[in-house]
Amino acid sequence: MILVFIEHVDGKVNKASYEAVRAAQLISGATGQAISAVIFGSGVGAAAGEIAAKKLGAVYTVENDALKSYTADGYSAAFKQVIEQLQPELVLMTHTYEVRDFAPKLAASLRRALVGDCIAHKVEGGELVLTRQVFQGKMAADVVPVGDKPHFVSFQIGSFRGDECEAGQAEVKALTVNLAGIRQQPEERFKEAKAAVDLTAAPLIVSVGRGIKEQKNIEIVKKLADAMGAELSASRPICDNEWLPMDRQIGSSGQTVAPKMYLAVGISGAIQHLVGMKGARTIVAINKDKEAPIFEIADYGIVGDLFEIVPALTAEAEKLKQ
Amino acid sequence: MKIIVCLKQVPKNDSILRINEQGNWIQDRDLTYEINESDQYGLEAALQLKEKHGGEVIALSLGPARAQSVIKEALARGADRGLHIEDAAFDSLDAFGAASVIAAAAKAEGFDLLLTGLQSDDHGYAQTGVIAAELLGTPHATIVMDVQSEDGKLKVKRELESGYFQWVSFPAPAVLTIQSGINTLRYATLKGIMAAKKKEIKKLDAAAIGLSADELAPKTQIRKIYVPQKSKQTQFIEGSASEIAAKLMDKLKNEARVF
Repeated sequence: MILVFIEHVDGKVNKASYEAVRAAQLISGATGQAISAVIFGSGVGAAAGEIAAKKLGAVYTVENDALKSYTADGYSAAFKQVIEQLQPELVLMTHTYEVRDFAPKLAASLRRALVGDCIAHKVEGGELVLTRQVFQGKMAADVVPVGDKPHFVSFQIGSFRGDECEAGQAEVKALTVNLAGIRQQPEERFKEAKAAVDLTAAPLIVSVGRGIKEQKNIEIVKKLADAMGAELSASRPICDNEWLPMDRQIGSSGQTVAPKMYLAVGISGAIQHLVGMKGARTIVAINKDKEAPIFEIADYGIVGDLFEIVPALTAEAEKLKQ
Repeated sequence: MKIIVCLKQVPKNDSILRINEQGNWIQDRDLTYEINESDQYGLEAALQLKEKHGGEVIALSLGPARAQSVIKEALARGADRGLHIEDAAFDSLDAFGAASVIAAAAKAEGFDLLLTGLQSDDHGYAQTGVIAAELLGTPHATIVMDVQSEDGKLKVKRELESGYFQWVSFPAPAVLTIQSGINTLRYATLKGIMAAKKKEIKKLDAAAIGLSADELAPKTQIRKIYVPQKSKQTQFIEGSASEIAAKLMDKLKNEARVF
């Protein structure tokens, strides 16, 4: 059986969890394994009902007051007990920050394999082979989990289309767990900066990265964004340096966008950035390094000096506006 | 506060990578190396905690002879002493194996805080610190942005997704994985480099670590590595800056229909 982990905040299902459901459906298509899903928390009935509308064998709810807020200790202890009860062969998750926090602990507590942050899979002679990025996406590695089952696999956000999940009607069943000795005491989640701009709604985005070298140079990229009628955004190092506010950051720790056009200026394309923008319909990349990973996903690539190309593009965009 | 900070030596970010003969990793000759990026922020966090609370910072690196240079760098930046775990038996460990070795060394040493970067720039497992915490029986937190300590109790700020953060408290000893960019890195001064020469680097081999081959058996295996296939065909636009600009705007308007 394949067991899929469903993540939620206050009973609201994380959309990325549907990607793991979709992965399970595709793997099950090749292996014939049954699929179940599991959701932990307190008051997760509605969320479980939502998941049960997908093609799955069963959705298990694990209700416990100690699981009301996520903790690494609580989730891994509860998940371990669920695994002992259900005996899955494969546990699938989406590689979110929450999964990164507890999954290695869970797999290690059972002395089992976790292949994390995978981007693709294939089933060869009944064996599941995973592809994951190494050297920050410059190389890909085909990896297999070895040793006793269950094996744990997490997929990078965006590796599967959550909206392509087959519909169905799964039974919702309850499991109980005993929890004690949770050491982490979490406080309320909070946002640091008020999101003044909602980049997710912008049809056109011009984004700037480390290649801009100095804060004062950002002005030339802002001029290009203005000329194109686009929003300005940035990769993480720019916001870490406070050259642009945090609310303009694209990537796993910032906003996830899927605009009509995403123009990346001087962004090499670390995985953490790519997950935030690879859904864009048209991607343009300007970078001096031809090997930069951003070109892996770009529709249009320009290898060259951004300090020459950006002003030329601005002039051309101004012409187009008139 | 006694802090062990784990530093991994990785190929420099702009290295040209060549695949080895077995096809399952890169050739390590002709490469230059650096300290894994997020580990550097772990080191800086450790040094700042020591400045505030007193104690000791121990720089730990698991790797071949060349890994000693990352320990020396850490000592020059202000770490008090080094632990270099080196043995041919540890050459190709997976995350579980590396975490087992680090946990064994940390347990023997004793600590209040064990810090790692949130993930390495080569394997990118993002598992080693968390597995070590499980093996050591300590609490942990990942993707940590800020660390506060009072009376043996830790309070850390975790980064969540979509711009959210969360403070989480738990008792020490504990393991934290540190996010890149959370502090301003210091660089080694000449005085620091001179002082580092007198600092101790303790060597630990497989016998000192004392784990059986069974305990280090890999749980994941790399079959092959390769240059990724492109998911999209990129059209490269060439010419002078103004030619490129004109061609790109034309394609965006008439081909991609963005405008």
